[in-house]
Amino acid sequence: MYEGAVQDLIDELGRLPGIGPKSAQRIAFHLLQTDPTEARRLADAITRVKATMRFCVQCHNVSQAEHCRICLDPRRDDTLLCVVEEPRDVVAIERTREFRGRYHVLGGAISPIDGIGPDQLHIRELVLRLDAEPVAEVILATNPNVEGEATASYLSRLLATLEVRATRLASGLPVGGDLDYADEVTLGRAFSGRRDVGI
Amino acid sequence: MLLRRIELTDVRSYDHVSLDLEAGVTLLVGRNAQGKTNLLEAVHRLATGSSHRVAGDAPLVRAGCELGVIRCRLETDDGRERRVELELASGTRRTRTRVDGQQVRRAADALGVLRVVLFAPEDTAIVRGEPSERRRFLDDLLAQRRPAYAAARADYDRALRQRNQLLRDARAGRLPAGGTFTTALEVWTEQVVAAGAQLIAARVAAVRTLAPPTDRFYRELADRPEPVGLVYRSTAGAATATSGADDARVPDPSAIVAGLRDGFVARAEEERARGLTLVGPHRDELELSIGALPARGYASHGEVWSLALALKLATDVLLAEVGDRPVVLLDDVFAELDEVRRERLATACRGFDQVLVTAAVEADVPLAGSRVEVTLDAGVTRLRPREPGPTGVEGAA
Repeated sequence: MYEGAVQDLIDELGRLPGIGPKSAQRIAFHLLQTDPTEARRLADAITRVKATMRFCVQCHNVSQAEHCRICLDPRRDDTLLCVVEEPRDVVAIERTREFRGRYHVLGGAISPIDGIGPDQLHIRELVLRLDAEPVAEVILATNPNVEGEATASYLSRLLATLEVRATRLASGLPVGGDLDYADEVTLGRAFSGRRDVGI
Repeated sequence: MLLRRIELTDVRSYDHVSLDLEAGVTLLVGRNAQGKTNLLEAVHRLATGSSHRVAGDAPLVRAGCELGVIRCRLETDDGRERRVELELASGTRRTRTRVDGQQVRRAADALGVLRVVLFAPEDTAIVRGEPSERRRFLDDLLAQRRPAYAAARADYDRALRQRNQLLRDARAGRLPAGGTFTTALEVWTEQVVAAGAQLIAARVAAVRTLAPPTDRFYRELADRPEPVGLVYRSTAGAATATSGADDARVPDPSAIVAGLRDGFVARAEEERARGLTLVGPHRDELELSIGALPARGYASHGEVWSLALALKLATDVLLAEVGDRPVVLLDDVFAELDEVRRERLATACRGFDQVLVTAAVEADVPLAGSRVEVTLDAGVTRLRPREPGPTGVEGAA
């Protein structure tokens, strides 16, 4: 245990995701030795993000205003809606520059172990959006793991009752790689998800 | 496949040894607690990714050392030389794995390069232990055969935990009843069914492949050559396999999916009441029988040994289906058998490409082949080959 403020800082840093006790200690001592203006900049960034950033009322992505930039962009296709787990998934899909529709961020995936059911996610809001917006296709882009698949499965049932077309992202081989570099599980999934090629 | 050379540095009781091996039988002789099992354990760890004695790598590193290195050189059936090297850490550092001199991205990529079947005294639990022991026997075997099986098993365990949590929450009244719960449960049932059907299909296929050679080995080993039965009794109903089944194909996954779904419908109320998933491969049983009687609870000491050994030897056939025949490792087995059974096991051993055997008393093992003496000297194990035998064994300090 260290004295006073240093220990407080270590404790706070240690509560952040991905930071263990040793890293927390290293960061705390780095900040202690660093230039005051630099430490101030970090403190300001944290204060500012809490004061100015919020979640878009429409898609629940992080946003500086009531609506995020994507929801306000008139060039976006209103008929396509991509459902993702987290804001970082929006960033990943945006980097592809393939998708020109809109997003809906669930805020996680269904996971009873973590106490997260459909009611803890922005699913009710999704249903309201489908009612209000001219969506023709919902793309379920949750993660290809057990929780993500369960969430996609839950949503596909829900969407079927609403008579909205739902699609799921394909899983398979990474592009630009060789077959023999793909791990067995990915290659196996790609096999079971193979499709006819047009002639 | 043949194991050509083993090198250990700071592993268990070894500081540094290397041992060159030939095809056929190699007998490691030494009194108890000299380090014979440590050698087989190291080979098993390199081949399968885990020790048969402990969880985690730390105990495998020699006391007081930071790193332990296991190196094996092997020769495949088509004559290629391959090398696998593991650098085990006693601390938090990750294990480093090299295959043919190249570092691999994931440790799993090195599994199955060297293939082994190990039989140790602990393995009699497969016959006399709880059903979970027999499920683990099948699961470990299938994971060694096909890495995708290990992934399906991890998915299954995860989905099962989620579904159990949901059922527990519902029983404790922590969930809104009605529509939401029913849909949520259906969703998790679907995940459990999808991964579970893969596990069951693979296990049933494995049991069908294992049954004939297990029966054959048992008749070779046992005093009374009674027929051995292997029945996979699944909570999915339809998916069972017996030694008498002549249908060796992989079972139809859609039939298993349907069987699992029916099972969940039939036991829905019981699941709600107990807050537990009652259908799926985690509740399935591999039933073993000798003659007309179940092996568990009825088999004699000798019969338990013969059957456990027959099952292990039969895994050679399953692994050889996809690739080279494995190297057979027999740890301290002969001492537990009577003279007649020893002779029979020796006959079975002559049918394998390469066998490594440990024994405290050389006369217990009626097998010709190389002899290596294993002795502990001031806390460090030394290996000394005896003529006529392999050369090139060093025990440098």
